[in-house]
Amino acid sequence: MSESSITTWRARMPDAFGPGPFRLGLRFLGLALFLVWFIGTLWYFDFSPTRLWNGLSGLGKILVLMIPPSPGELWVEIMKGLAESVAMAFLGTFLAAIVAIPLGFMGARNVVTLTLLRFSFRRVLDGIRGVDQLIWALAFVRAVGLGPLAGVLAIFVSDIGILSKLYAEAIENAEKRQAEGVTAAGSGRLLGIRFGILPQVAPVMLAQALYFFESNTRSASILGVVGAGGIGLQIAERIRVRHWDEVAFIIILMIITVAAIDWISARIRRRLIAV
Amino acid sequence: MKSAARKPPRVAAVLKMQEAYATSLPAVIRGEEAFQAARRQRRNAALLGAAVVLACLLLSAWVSEAHPATLWAGLPRIFEYFIRILPDLRWSALFAGAETEGSIAFWFYRLPEWALLIVETANMAALATLLGSAVSLLLAFPAARNIAPSGLVYNLTRRFLEALRTIPEIVYALIFVWAFGVGALAGILAIALHSAGANGKLFAEAIENADMKPWDGVTSAGGSWFAACRFAILPQVLPNILSYLLLRFEVNIRSASVIGFVGAGGIGEELYKVISFNYYEEISAIILLIILTVVSVDLLSEKLRHAAIGRLEAAR
Repeated sequence: MSESSITTWRARMPDAFGPGPFRLGLRFLGLALFLVWFIGTLWYFDFSPTRLWNGLSGLGKILVLMIPPSPGELWVEIMKGLAESVAMAFLGTFLAAIVAIPLGFMGARNVVTLTLLRFSFRRVLDGIRGVDQLIWALAFVRAVGLGPLAGVLAIFVSDIGILSKLYAEAIENAEKRQAEGVTAAGSGRLLGIRFGILPQVAPVMLAQALYFFESNTRSASILGVVGAGGIGLQIAERIRVRHWDEVAFIIILMIITVAAIDWISARIRRRLIAV
Repeated sequence: MKSAARKPPRVAAVLKMQEAYATSLPAVIRGEEAFQAARRQRRNAALLGAAVVLACLLLSAWVSEAHPATLWAGLPRIFEYFIRILPDLRWSALFAGAETEGSIAFWFYRLPEWALLIVETANMAALATLLGSAVSLLLAFPAARNIAPSGLVYNLTRRFLEALRTIPEIVYALIFVWAFGVGALAGILAIALHSAGANGKLFAEAIENADMKPWDGVTSAGGSWFAACRFAILPQVLPNILSYLLLRFEVNIRSASVIGFVGAGGIGEELYKVISFNYYEEISAIILLIILTVVSVDLLSEKLRHAAIGRLEAAR
């Protein structure tokens, strides 16, 4: 291919020869801006090598102190905290799953036909979802005092926000023919929902509730950090007094519990969906 | 028929059975018997399930100290608390200056300070996402089943990533605050470590779904393992990785807003302070700011993610 034909092809299809000078310049500018931001934030957050080195060596010391993990003298307290965490997750998820059923129907397009009502209701749910569970826990600790009850309420409220939305979506995806059939046979709207829609969405709802129980077992294990009961309280206390071997023991225990709950819940979910 | 349906189930079952006997056809009787046995079994299973759930419920209520009496006593206090958090806005003074009580400016009187903290929180989340994802990008190649150098390497990296993501950010932060000192550095590293584990798995799965033909091409042309990862796999999975990166940023901005509760920087520290000192109106102001940030980041990232997925579709 001669030089001149390359020039004509370049003129005809500029993109086939790689990015042009404008594109290249834009890329370079983007990279430069990124680097400026990256170095700027690193500097702002004080990522100095000495600080990192000191921190890492401190971390190494902590890791050495963590071995071997030991339950310590107050292992009964640890077990109680673990039980509390699981109980908080179960109770909070259960209550939220129950309350979210009517709320989910209220947020579903095919049930509540008033757009304004549904829209504002969904925005309220969005607002609840926007607040992290830990913030709810902190607020409930101030409202009802230290202890697992605050954790239950935090899980309950934040789950209502998510579960209602998921339930509403499941209801919107349900086949409407069954409900039409029930109403055509002469029943009211309420019975149409009960016998036409609920049987379709109940397995989905149950599976989602179980899934949330799993994820809440994880989050319930840290709610105690702000005083809302459970194993998080134990771990925060032991970190405060630097009993690192006990911290390691609790972390391992947490991992085992979460894995066990995941396993049980996955088995139940598979059975319920299969039926 | 209608009256039979209204009777309690057991009576209805007996009536049905009598009807079946009245026909004196063995097939009908057998069918009805089998039907009722199956029904009984289902009902018993449901009752057993309900009993188990009830037992779990009572046990967990007892363990978590959620007695109805405590709950009942706490209920008015909860409502009182959340009502006190709400700002005292007055319609007439809504847009007045920060000195007038009942105005928005009065409610957000420390807005400049909080805005700086929000920006700091967002930067913490961005930096943590970036650092964590860089680690997970490096670990994702040995953790992908289709291209891992050996089974041992695959298993080791997978277990390592699992361990990283099972430990919650807050626990990391609690430990890092000891090692690195109070401040955003500990929070960023904590979130980054958790993100590395979470994203590593997703990245590895994206790599496992990649087309292996380019890989064969590079290796048969004499390219090393690293060259094949770089030139055969990375261009394929990059849009996917970008999309996961943005998704992780959405998650991390939520985490960054609370990681300050344990002294690891960001708006969480300020929120913890105002909640602890019961500065009621400031609580709602900060939470509103956090919600606005989270929602706007979600919207922005959704747009970008769709753009990334669009590029992925175009590349196929």
